[in-house]
Amino acid sequence: MLKLEHVCKVFDAGTANKRTALDDISLEVKKGEFITLIGANGAGKSTLFNAVCGSFMTDSGRILLGGEDITLQPEYKRAFHIGRLFQDPLRGTAPNMTIEENLALAAGHGTWLSRIGRAERKRFRERLAELDMGLEDRLDEPVGLLSGGQRQALTLLMATIDPPKLLLLDEHTAALDPAAAEKILSMTKKVVSENALTCLMITHDMQSALDLGSRTLMLDRGRIIYDVSGEERKHLTVPDLLEKFKAASGRAMNNDRMLLV
Amino acid sequence: MADLLPLLQTAAELGLISSLTVLALFLSYSMLNVCDLSTDGCFTLGAAVGAVVAISGHPYLSILAAMGAGMLSGLVTGFLQTKLGINSLLSGIAVNTALYSVNIAVMGGSSLLNMNKTETVFTRMGAHLAATPLAGSQKLCVAALAVLAVGTLLALFLRTRLGLAIRASGDNPDMVRSSSIDPAKTTLIGLCLSGSVTALSGCLLAQAQKSVNIDIGSGMVTVALASLLIGGAFFGKRRRMPLRICGAVLGALLFRLVYTAALRFRLPAFMLKFVAAAIVVLTIALPYVKAQLPLIRRRFAQRKEAGDAEA
Repeated sequence: MLKLEHVCKVFDAGTANKRTALDDISLEVKKGEFITLIGANGAGKSTLFNAVCGSFMTDSGRILLGGEDITLQPEYKRAFHIGRLFQDPLRGTAPNMTIEENLALAAGHGTWLSRIGRAERKRFRERLAELDMGLEDRLDEPVGLLSGGQRQALTLLMATIDPPKLLLLDEHTAALDPAAAEKILSMTKKVVSENALTCLMITHDMQSALDLGSRTLMLDRGRIIYDVSGEERKHLTVPDLLEKFKAASGRAMNNDRMLLV
Repeated sequence: MADLLPLLQTAAELGLISSLTVLALFLSYSMLNVCDLSTDGCFTLGAAVGAVVAISGHPYLSILAAMGAGMLSGLVTGFLQTKLGINSLLSGIAVNTALYSVNIAVMGGSSLLNMNKTETVFTRMGAHLAATPLAGSQKLCVAALAVLAVGTLLALFLRTRLGLAIRASGDNPDMVRSSSIDPAKTTLIGLCLSGSVTALSGCLLAQAQKSVNIDIGSGMVTVALASLLIGGAFFGKRRRMPLRICGAVLGALLFRLVYTAALRFRLPAFMLKFVAAAIVVLTIALPYVKAQLPLIRRRFAQRKEAGDAEA
């Protein structure tokens, strides 16, 4: 579904601050695969997502999504096939617009001059009811009044209401309180399995990196240093992961948010 | 009392005409979150183009021509900021400056055009109304019709998908992008529309007062912003869109009314722009200062306590 071929990105090239963010990354993600990504601070996890989404153009290499070369496509065009959630729950929604208006923009049906129809309203209401947060009765309220957890749930719904080819989750529960985080995570699992979505998820929680999904990637200094799936992954523990990191990178994992339990 | 009525009528006429610029700023400033400083030049452009076309004998076409010119001006401002990476304030200022030359060129190298004997939309309307009870109020009628039309269209437009995208572009461009819409495109379209309405406003003012001079639009952006902020005080952010649009028009009318009253109390006419600037500064600064007030109060109390202890 997603294929990266020798993707490179260097920031501040030619200066003293030169930083190789993505160092010849090649990766093939199969349709329906759910991959978790872990790595130290500045390993290139979010940068990898940015490259796939088109937040910046890569220096070299090719990116293919569903067989189509998207390497040079602008960000907004790629967004047609890619859903993305950020750590900051405020990033995915427009605060001064109502829940319904936010959903209408994300759902993307109709022509430029079409208005929100009755059928669409009904659909939004049904999908919001599935979140079980009472949002279905607050369609006309501005999103700015919602809590962080509610906004992230809405963002998840907006990203998946028309199932995307690829769903990218960038520590999307990290800024929420534990109860809300758990709720968002279980919603995520549900929506991913129901739609058989291809999904990449960055997490700082080593245990859930192993519990969730079917494959785990470890990044360090812009390279994929460990790629595990199948039988080997089933028996892996968190200490094993830390050991693998040390063996591959020659130093201990340092991530100020990393959960080692 | 008898001399008050024509005064109020003039205030309403001018208020309605300038409320069109306020509606344009409602779109660019309140919705798109772009402070379009080319507004002054665009207003004059509308006045100049409208006047030239009207003088050449096409009163109705003058309206369309002015709006088209305004749209073009908005397109340039938008292009500078979305495609050439020029800061939105700076691109507005650049276009505004350039428009000064353009406007004089449009007026054939002169900085003043007279339309005393020209057929305008107002004279045409006057002829239509001559035998009705509304005789003599053609300025009010034309202005009210224009405001009604623009206001209604704007309210309907903001509910369309494109309208929502324009609102979201001012609210959270990231979200627009992730909805597969190019915020550069929506900003461009929004500025074109607001430019055309600004130019319409200028065109009508010129035809109503039967002359254009190159300064007709100067300070317009501040006056319109003041009106917009006054309107926002009545129907603020949390209100429904049609109400907010009414608020913008109301703000323009109120501003004119206050100004007319001030004139009655012998405030010199040239003070209009000072008053507008003061209103803008006060409305934006007051909430900020108000938020600082508890801190200032505590500091003051502390200083006083220290002073008391010393004594």
